[in-house]
Amino acid sequence: MRQRIIAALGVTVLAVTGLTACGDDSGSGGGGGKIVIGVKFDQPGLGLKEGSKNTGMDVDVAKYVAKELGYAEDKIEFKESPSAQRETLLANGQVKMILATYSITDARKEKVSFAGPYLVAGQDLLVKADSTITGPEDLAGKKLCSVTGSTSAQKVADKFAKTVQLQKYDTYSKCVEALAGGAIDAVTTDNTILAGFAAQPANQGKFKVVGKTFSTEHYGVGLKKGDKDTCEKVNTALKKMVDSGEWQKAFDANIGPSGLKLDPATNPPKTFDPCA
Amino acid sequence: MHLISELFSDYPIFGAFKQTIYLTLLSAVFALLIGTVVAVMRVSPIRVLQLIGTGYVNIVRNTPLTLVIVFCNLGLFIQLGVAVANKSSDTFIDTNNFRLAVLGLSVYHASFVAEAIRSGVNTVPLGQAEAARAIGLPFLKTLRHVVLPQAFRGAIAPLGNVLIALTKNSTVASVIGVADSSATMKDMMENRPDVLFVTFGIFAVGFVILTLPVGILFTSLSKRLAVKR
Repeated sequence: MRQRIIAALGVTVLAVTGLTACGDDSGSGGGGGKIVIGVKFDQPGLGLKEGSKNTGMDVDVAKYVAKELGYAEDKIEFKESPSAQRETLLANGQVKMILATYSITDARKEKVSFAGPYLVAGQDLLVKADSTITGPEDLAGKKLCSVTGSTSAQKVADKFAKTVQLQKYDTYSKCVEALAGGAIDAVTTDNTILAGFAAQPANQGKFKVVGKTFSTEHYGVGLKKGDKDTCEKVNTALKKMVDSGEWQKAFDANIGPSGLKLDPATNPPKTFDPCA
Repeated sequence: MHLISELFSDYPIFGAFKQTIYLTLLSAVFALLIGTVVAVMRVSPIRVLQLIGTGYVNIVRNTPLTLVIVFCNLGLFIQLGVAVANKSSDTFIDTNNFRLAVLGLSVYHASFVAEAIRSGVNTVPLGQAEAARAIGLPFLKTLRHVVLPQAFRGAIAPLGNVLIALTKNSTVASVIGVADSSATMKDMMENRPDVLFVTFGIFAVGFVILTLPVGILFTSLSKRLAVKR
């Protein structure tokens, strides 16, 4: 009996390790002439998956960078990278790089390396088209929505905790739903994300982005910690994208329709962080 | 060790677990009440009640919990305007979400409670109910004085399982913004990606501390209180 149990355990362990070995092969970033890039699947205008197609600013930048690194479009595999999993995906090598509204912060720099920034956004408010809210100073006594665990929610809690009631959901689309339903006065996160929701066909004309940012978010390309080589190549590619006008084209196609104007002093980014 | 004490001072981990415990206990009480009613309906001799009870169990048990909780907020509150807290209060959103989460958790787990109690009812020999009827007790009195007391004692172990599942499932409440342990874990993961596994560890240990004694308690209770036949 005992021997049987040991044998059974042994087989299980072998099976499991065998499986993970397979997983490693297919998952490794550059293996087999393919590149796996992490993007968001649920952010219109930045990284959205519709059917089998990925669209958005993040996706277009990713495609351009991949092309510069020598990967044709059919060699790119887009993988969803939810905020909480980004560092792990990079550390395990399941994705080569991440372009997913990934703000460069000091805490994150300890776990991953960043190229870029390729876009500079700022925290803003989304309100109903007929709302009287014109900026964060009008929020006293109002109800505000953001996503659990997001830096946007924390910033609001720090700044306006006493006067604002904060509703948190797991996704921004629920916030937008609640805003449409009238239970919430404003949604807050980066202006680029808000603009994407406002520009969705189903929401057109219903909402507006207030346009008074109260933070600066540098969207970087997340890379495995210490991958200096790729980082420099990505920066070169980003510079080329900006200089050639391709960046502007991608911006106009993805974020332009929402009417959002980004700060021209910082966008498109002309200087990139040194790779470390 | 220094790192862990730093995390505990930076984030309201104890407060978050307190919220988890409140959610669990309140939902457990309501789930037990609703579940008992549903179980009684299912074992009652009245066909309509049986059908309603069976319908409740099968519909609710087979709906994902996330959907139930999100419906309580986006459906009941946002779309239908059903608020379960004082709208002019400063903490309206927090209170309302908490109560809606309790509602969702209770309704969902009531279906499992009902099945646990029904399994307990099935441990009571038919002769007990027949004897009760023979001395002239009507259905409800048979149930209250003879069948249910034995059924509960037979159902303690599965009820313990439901309570443990409920403890862990209460984390789903974070999808509508209840500041429970999983919401705090998300905050920590966002801010301290450098200590991801320590964060996971803290919450994993936290849940073991919450659920392990429950399991031990219910196992020993089920042994001590079971009706020896």
